[in-house]
Amino acid sequence: MTLWLWVLLACAAVYATKLLGYLVPGSWLEHPLVGRLSTLMTVALLASLVAMNTASGDGGVVLDARVGALLAAAVALLLRAPFLVVVIAGAGAAAGLRALGIG
Amino acid sequence: MTPATRMGLSIAAAVSLYGLSFGALSVASGLTLWQTVALSALLFSGGSQFAFIGILAAGGSGGAALGASTLLSARNTIYAVQMKAMFDPSGWRRWVSAQLTIDESAANAMSQTDPEERRREFWVTGLGVYVGWNLATVVGALLGDFVAEPEALGLDGAVVAAFLGLLWPRLRSREPWALAVVAALVTVLTMPMLPAGVPVLLAAVVAASWGLVTRGRSGGAESTRTHKEHEEVRP
Repeated sequence: MTLWLWVLLACAAVYATKLLGYLVPGSWLEHPLVGRLSTLMTVALLASLVAMNTASGDGGVVLDARVGALLAAAVALLLRAPFLVVVIAGAGAAAGLRALGIG
Repeated sequence: MTPATRMGLSIAAAVSLYGLSFGALSVASGLTLWQTVALSALLFSGGSQFAFIGILAAGGSGGAALGASTLLSARNTIYAVQMKAMFDPSGWRRWVSAQLTIDESAANAMSQTDPEERRREFWVTGLGVYVGWNLATVVGALLGDFVAEPEALGLDGAVVAAFLGLLWPRLRSREPWALAVVAALVTVLTMPMLPAGVPVLLAAVVAASWGLVTRGRSGGAESTRTHKEHEEVRP
């Protein structure tokens, strides 16, 4: 039940971020710093999410088959693979390494 | 059907396939089918949705998941301002267009020059992605229920790959690369001592400090580049 509360709060909060842009006077957000902070924050958050999902585990940092998934995804991205292929490469690498008993 | 409409619909189709993995991963992260459906229907912003379930899957609190998903949606506010400047929807349309304001709809609208085309591409792409993404979420969540061992199928590896795929188009110059490396390092170094999910919020603080410390140095050039970067980004 608590999880439902967080789900609905997140839905409301994200909708608010979207609606906010239609409600504020355009002149407020013309300051270059606003656009720049938004760009920087997105990069930092996504990089942090990559790191967290790669290395999270009991008691802090755990390195396992997910590192292989990260490398496989990076290779797929360097080869300009479509997004879905990148995701499948990550899944395949993690599953393959585990099947081999690694990680 | 104009070429831009076709592009909008093909973007919608591609993104919808990705909704399959969201549905499956969300259920694997411990959310119910209906909670998963609610996220796609009501929250409807891919990066934020993945952040929400990713933090829960890593053992983070609901509060941390809420914080990260909201911060990741901050860019939607910027898109919304741009859409308002382009075709200023009024009345009920404003409330609906707010919900449809995401990377793809904003990018497709911004790639047009004619005001009428911009409005149409925003709605075609936004509604197309909305319908496809939500249908795919349900299918993925239902299939996900049959996934007994998500890790044996590498679903955790899929999340890592998905986030890297979302980040990748933004790493086109030295500065975002440097920031991404610093943010990842801060995350990994603080993970052993902070509750799960909190390091992600710390990364947002790093980004804000970075922006304030370097302000004025590259403001103008960066803000013009911002538009281009956003065009490449997925949900």
